[in-house]
Amino acid sequence: MIEVAGVGKSFTVRRRAGRIRRSRTTVAAVDDVSFEVAAGEFVGYLGPNGAGKSTTIKMLTGILTPSSGSVRVCGLDPSRQRTTLARRIGVVFGQRTTLWWDLPLRDSLTLIRHLYRVDAAAHRARLAELTGLLELGPFLDTPVRQLSLGQRMRGDLAAALLHDPELLVLDEPTIGLDVVSKATVREFLARLNSERGTTILLTTHDLGDIERLCRRVMIIDHGRLAYDGDLSRLRATVDAGRMLVVEFARPCPPISLPDVIVERVQGPRQWLRLPRTANAAAVVAALADRHEVRDIALRDADIEDVVARLYRQVGTLAK
Amino acid sequence: MSVFPWVAWYALRRYTAYPLSSVAESVTNTAFAFMRAYVLLALWQARPALGGYDVTDAITFCFLTQAMIGPVQIFRGLELSDRIRSGDVAIDLYRPVGLQGWWLADDLGRATAELLLRSGLPMVAGMLVFTLRPAGPWALAAFALALPLAVLVSFAIRYLVALAAFWLHDDRGLQAIALVMSLFFSGMILPLVVFPGWLGGIARALPWAALIQVPADIYLGKRTGSDLVAALGFQAAWAVALLAAGALLTVAARRKLVIHGG
Amino acid sequence: MPGGVVRVYGLLAWTWIRAAAQYPVSMVLLTFATAAVSMLDVAAIMVMFTRAPRIAGFTAPEVLFLYGTSALSFALADILFGTTERLGKHIREGTLDAMLVRPVSPLIQIATEDFSPRRLGKLVPASLVLALALPRLDVDWTAGRAVMIPAMVLAGVAIFSGLWVLTASLQFVLIDGHGATKSVTYGGAFLTQYPLSMFARDFVRGVTFAVPLAFVNWQPGLYVLDRADPLGLPEAARFASPAVAVVVCVLAGFVWRAGLRHYRSTGS
Repeated sequence: MIEVAGVGKSFTVRRRAGRIRRSRTTVAAVDDVSFEVAAGEFVGYLGPNGAGKSTTIKMLTGILTPSSGSVRVCGLDPSRQRTTLARRIGVVFGQRTTLWWDLPLRDSLTLIRHLYRVDAAAHRARLAELTGLLELGPFLDTPVRQLSLGQRMRGDLAAALLHDPELLVLDEPTIGLDVVSKATVREFLARLNSERGTTILLTTHDLGDIERLCRRVMIIDHGRLAYDGDLSRLRATVDAGRMLVVEFARPCPPISLPDVIVERVQGPRQWLRLPRTANAAAVVAALADRHEVRDIALRDADIEDVVARLYRQVGTLAK
Repeated sequence: MSVFPWVAWYALRRYTAYPLSSVAESVTNTAFAFMRAYVLLALWQARPALGGYDVTDAITFCFLTQAMIGPVQIFRGLELSDRIRSGDVAIDLYRPVGLQGWWLADDLGRATAELLLRSGLPMVAGMLVFTLRPAGPWALAAFALALPLAVLVSFAIRYLVALAAFWLHDDRGLQAIALVMSLFFSGMILPLVVFPGWLGGIARALPWAALIQVPADIYLGKRTGSDLVAALGFQAAWAVALLAAGALLTVAARRKLVIHGG
Repeated sequence: MPGGVVRVYGLLAWTWIRAAAQYPVSMVLLTFATAAVSMLDVAAIMVMFTRAPRIAGFTAPEVLFLYGTSALSFALADILFGTTERLGKHIREGTLDAMLVRPVSPLIQIATEDFSPRRLGKLVPASLVLALALPRLDVDWTAGRAVMIPAMVLAGVAIFSGLWVLTASLQFVLIDGHGATKSVTYGGAFLTQYPLSMFARDFVRGVTFAVPLAFVNWQPGLYVLDRADPLGLPEAARFASPAVAVVVCVLAGFVWRAGLRHYRSTGS
């Protein structure tokens, strides 16, 4: 579905060097990135701000022309066959709507139908289906500018799916949504992927999206692909270790033990990070030896911890 | 210290944030100044001394008034309209400062910014190509009073138009009518001295004359002595009357917002 | 393909019209208001002729004929392509990207945006003035002159449309330049309302050879009014408008594509 080989994109950035003089520097937003996505996959694309996520998405959808390397989406070259490709993919930008601000949602969707040349009967059926799944009914006739963020996002999803695309590309679809809207959107995407077989590529900052939806994650940082694989394997690769939360009888200074990193201290409670290789039982015994321990809990590191650590590792590598 | 100087200062900063854009606007203002000058030149060739202007007056009028478009804001309304339409005005109304004073300070900052960025080019270009009438020191001093008064009247009118959005479902029609009035009856399209008979009489008495025609006449030295006082008085009187009407309408708007929730 | 473009344009424009028609009172008021704004220039011309029987050697019906043809051409071009001047705004707000992921040229999407019957308000004063001016012209009506009128209006529409797209394309590179390009579009509309013989000779050369506004209505108008060209261009220039229109439109299409390519390689 998507084949990306050695793709790079660099921009010329002009900076003010003096009062009038400006210096030009070339910045590689994406640098030698390669990956493939097969039909039916649900892939999460992660990375800190400015890492190159949006630039990659723009090259996949034909908005930007790559500086180097090759991109094939649905067997087409996005930068040369942009309009042909547009009929076969759906794109949603979370931060800005692709709908028309002043038009009621229904009219926006009619415009989309004409743009994609969906015939009237197919449009009616598809609209009815999407209206049901995304619960658009109550606000179909409301101008887009009056919709809440969650309603607008559901409208945008409907707009991107009216022409029944093979591939759906989502750029931060859950950004700023409340808990309920987030859940609706996630559930909808999961069904779209499993029942209709639509391939989905999703960029996000919300690791909850990734944990609930994606089997596979790709992580980009400083324009380079830092990880591509199973979510479960990511935890093993990046040894974020385990977290030991200890509550002592009374507040005490941060614990000092070999292999143990104190992440946080809050009153009598301390969060200790243990490497996967450390012997947890030995650590607990050592703690109980020195202080009076009230309560103890051991759990795997959060996905947030895992990714934060990965970003840090890549960051030090890049320097 | 009062908050208004800060409001004006931030507006000045905001409107000078994109200097290239403003200079680009003044290029178009200048182009129109040349075209209008040639049209008036043809008219004055057919009718020298029309309306008490000579050819130099007529040409100076074109460049001067094109330089005034920015500060006096002939073409655009207030941003307040958008805030009323979107309902954001509720935030403005709950500030412990008057709505009218706030927006007046904002508009004065804007006018200063546009005077700095948009008024130079038309005047300089005009002087390079034509002989413009140089304003004497007294005329210039009087103009320095007349221009802020023009901005005040312009603000007062645009404020009234903007507040109408509280009562109108769609205020774009009113905005367009306001544009027609301010373009035609200010002298921007054609100097009011060219208007024949009763049309000229009416046009010179309406508040829009205070925006362009009156300050331009003052600059050209057409109003001196007691006549100059009358001209400035005309501007000041309209400013006071329209600002007072704006204050009354603000009270009504506030009441409407409180009772109907916007 | 051209048929497809016209069809898509029509469908998109129609959807916008239907949306606007949901508020009929506003729509009618706005149509009138738009008509009133475009009446201003003709009002100025009328006022000027109350003060002089001839201006620059032209009578009122002659100037109104020039006004009518120019205003009609400009109004039609403005209706079709006027909203392309919002390109800079779409680039700044990122909405151009949304247009680029759709299977229709972004040019058509921008041009049809906000298409409303109120735009038709601009046609009213222009056609009215032309209809009133034509019978008052003191010319020998021949078949050639009669055919020239619709031909020059159409060529004018094409020239103005090309200029809309050309000036809009500049915003791909000079995003802050919109204010200045208005002197070509709106300035061109203003200029062609008057006999070009009013303006300085170098200025007229500029709008003949550089920005070919003289071919909107001045050159063909000289033929209709049976007047000599102050620049002394050969007789063929009176009939060159359609050819000039084609050149302008082809150039506009080329520049638009180049601008879009620039945008897609720089993303800014």
